Amino acid sequence: MNKQDLKEEIVRMSGSAVEKCMRCGKCSASCPSYEDMEYHPHEFVYLVEKGDIEKLMASESIYKCLTCFACVERCPRGVEPAKVVEAVRLIVIREQGMNRLKPDDIPGLWDKDLPQQAIVTAMRKYTK
Amino acid sequence: MQKIGVFVCHCGTNIAATVDVKAVVDALAKEPSVVFAADYPYMCSESGQNLIKDAIREHELTGVVICSCSPRMHEVTFRRAAASAGLNPYLVEVANIREQCSWIHKDKAEATEKAIILGRAAIAKALLNAPLIAGESPVTKRALVIGGGIAGIQTALDIAEAGFPVDIVEQKPTIGGKMAQIDKTFPTLDCSACILTPKMVECAQNENIRIFSYSEVESVSGFVGSFTVKIRKKARYVDEVKCTGCGLCTEKCPVKNVPNEFNLGFDNRRAVYIPFAQAIPKIAVIDPDRCNMLKNGKCGLCSRVCEAGAINYKQTDEIVEEHYGAIVAATGYEISDVTRYGEYAYTESKDVITSLEFERLTNAAGPTGGVLLRPSDGKHPHTIVFIQCVGSRCVLEKGKPYCSKICCMYTAKHAMLTREKYPDTEVYVFYIDVRTPGKNFDEFYRRAAEEFGVHYIKGAVGKIVPRADGTLDVQAADLIMDEQLRISADLVVLAAAIEPSKTARKLATMLTASMDTNDFFTEAHPKLRPVESPTAGIFLSGVCQGPKDIPETVSQAGACAAKVIGLLSKNKLTGNPCVAHSDELMCNGCSSCANVCPYGAITYLDKEFRMPDRTTKVRRVASVNPAVCQGCGACTVACPSGAMDLSGFSNSQIMAEVDAICR
Amino acid sequence: MQVNEEFVPTIVAFCCNWCSYAGADLSGTNRLPYPANVKIIRVPCSCRVNPTFILRAFQRGADGVIICGCHPGDCHYTTGNYYTRRRMTLLFSMLDYLGIERARTRVEWVSAAEGQKFAETMRSFVKDVTALGPNRRLEDLRCRKD
Repeated sequence: MNKQDLKEEIVRMSGSAVEKCMRCGKCSASCPSYEDMEYHPHEFVYLVEKGDIEKLMASESIYKCLTCFACVERCPRGVEPAKVVEAVRLIVIREQGMNRLKPDDIPGLWDKDLPQQAIVTAMRKYTK
Repeated sequence: MQKIGVFVCHCGTNIAATVDVKAVVDALAKEPSVVFAADYPYMCSESGQNLIKDAIREHELTGVVICSCSPRMHEVTFRRAAASAGLNPYLVEVANIREQCSWIHKDKAEATEKAIILGRAAIAKALLNAPLIAGESPVTKRALVIGGGIAGIQTALDIAEAGFPVDIVEQKPTIGGKMAQIDKTFPTLDCSACILTPKMVECAQNENIRIFSYSEVESVSGFVGSFTVKIRKKARYVDEVKCTGCGLCTEKCPVKNVPNEFNLGFDNRRAVYIPFAQAIPKIAVIDPDRCNMLKNGKCGLCSRVCEAGAINYKQTDEIVEEHYGAIVAATGYEISDVTRYGEYAYTESKDVITSLEFERLTNAAGPTGGVLLRPSDGKHPHTIVFIQCVGSRCVLEKGKPYCSKICCMYTAKHAMLTREKYPDTEVYVFYIDVRTPGKNFDEFYRRAAEEFGVHYIKGAVGKIVPRADGTLDVQAADLIMDEQLRISADLVVLAAAIEPSKTARKLATMLTASMDTNDFFTEAHPKLRPVESPTAGIFLSGVCQGPKDIPETVSQAGACAAKVIGLLSKNKLTGNPCVAHSDELMCNGCSSCANVCPYGAITYLDKEFRMPDRTTKVRRVASVNPAVCQGCGACTVACPSGAMDLSGFSNSQIMAEVDAICR
Repeated sequence: MQVNEEFVPTIVAFCCNWCSYAGADLSGTNRLPYPANVKIIRVPCSCRVNPTFILRAFQRGADGVIICGCHPGDCHYTTGNYYTRRRMTLLFSMLDYLGIERARTRVEWVSAAEGQKFAETMRSFVKDVTALGPNRRLEDLRCRKD
């Protein structure tokens, strides 16, 4: 996919109006995974708008988003950054056919405090 | 026999480049009744107008068709030219061959053909034109200003200065508005009350100004030059004439726990109160919801202590009817609801306040005597966080999509004053953009950052969590450093969006003045008529038209007053003669027309008609008041018998245009 | 009638003086093109448009009629466009009954600031009417010259 197609695909998948962003940074201010991310929610929106998406695809940041939707909830412009992050992640997973989480990995990760829903969500998020 | 003259304008090359002007002249000259056809490079120029005038005289024209720019542009010019040559101005028709033809089409043949058809339609309409004479209506030389804030005060003072009587209607017990609550004003830092209260006093003393405080506009009828307004004077339970404003009642009243609106609930007032020391008029008012005497008839203390005998528990609302020539809307603004932004914890913590509340906390006449203290524990705050754009520039349902315009500057002022008075305080301002267009505004903001050491951080606050120790955990982003910050703050100030007064929508409906989607009044033209409403006789002053600061409000108020004075200084107004009229012989008095008329211009008369058998019969027929009718034509379509028609846009004229276009 | 000749419909547009006519002027000022077969008739308000004008247009050979007014709530005369909306809803259902395709008539709200929308609306309307071909239903053949 070329740059323009990639951008359009992400905009289509996320349904996010990236061009509405006014660079306030409220998404990043609200983000609980901020410290773990190389690219932060506002940068996801900015780079997608610029069409500079390869950087995001190569970054671990796409797996750090908790999809907690705090940014979606608080964005004053209705941009919905979490959906942008998710769209980039889905592009990576679909394109590379890569399963970030395999069923065999789960016993190793097992923790009795971990809610079952988290595992289900992780399977959905990280698997093709 | 009609004699029509056709004049085709080149408009330099604006028309001539895409329309073959000569071909248009030749084609239109062949139309029936056309006795003269000519073209000219600029028909609106003096020599172009002379061409029209000479032709009218020479050929004794009975109608003129001008193929030129939009009638919205030069119809008036050409009508004037015709009138000066002795032709009734309403016998002039304009065919729009520039905006709606030459400018949008590239193909010359196509554009020429369209210009000919538009010219034919105009000729067809012109043939059915009738000479019209504009009616005149008188002007009541008195103005009404709705709203008693700085916008209303300044407008009223300027109108009164010109010698016209003016009434101010203010819904609160005192005039003064928001400016009375503000501490200092940017960028000069003069004390708000010190510059406002002399103007309030001037209003009270000016013999041309009457103040209806604690009053609301109940209904508005009429039209430009002669409005009739009903004003509800709410019961104060205090005789306005007898009360001396001594304040004894407000000291003796036993109900002590009513939140004080003027101090935004930071302290309490009594059930009988005077809003603040410099209130105009300085007359007490009894809060009927809290007064024991009014609620259950037990108390009467204020009445006993009042030496003037001004207390009157039996007072009722009074409706006053007044006549005005012009009405000014100056309804101002309110602070938008910040509780909708849960992440800022406004409802959870007393130490998260709005900027207007901050004004009261730093005001020497405020609840803390001007000492900045935390509302929760009355301690001096050491770290203060200011957050910009709370609710402004927010396209969500709960927010306001516009920039509130004043917040950047007042926040700079708050931050600067705080640092000046309390150098031990750290002040952080989170901004998205700092917008400071205005004389000495950017210099002011830079001074806050450079000289006073205010920390300006580009970024937003995501969440505020009140901690058990009374501090506020502010989680924010610094976009320049690309890092997430946490600040432990003692006080957070929200620059809440401003929104039009809640009463504005209701008022706009009464005035038939239009509003935008944000409930700001719409101006007649955003650039060229910024203080007039599209509804004739209604003028706009202050924030009710759009966010603005005090200097801008005052200059707009002056501009608004100038427009009002211009209107009131006329003795007669010339109306629009393109109004509806009813054919009495066809009218069957069914009331369909009156039901759709938005202006109440149609009344019914019982009229005697002679029948063919020489008897007489009384029938009910419609009659249009031409001074009230605005010429929309709704009635002409509603009329089932076809009795109602509109001058200038008659049924037969529009039919003739349709025919000319479709033939 | 030549068969190969490309069909150019006759379109009558009624525009209210305060919003849509000004919007049409603005599309001219901004040089936003739309087909030349759209001819505009200025009326004070969209509520001035009598349904008989539309019937007359179809009778005289118009292929499409569009009525443009201020956005609901923005009418210069406060309520005029609401009347238009109701009247035209009734008229269009009658035209439907008579066999005049629904796409030949349209009511659009165009403000004085929407030059772009005016041009786009006209382009799309002309496209729709062109696709339908000439209107024959109400046409009075006595009005035809050829």
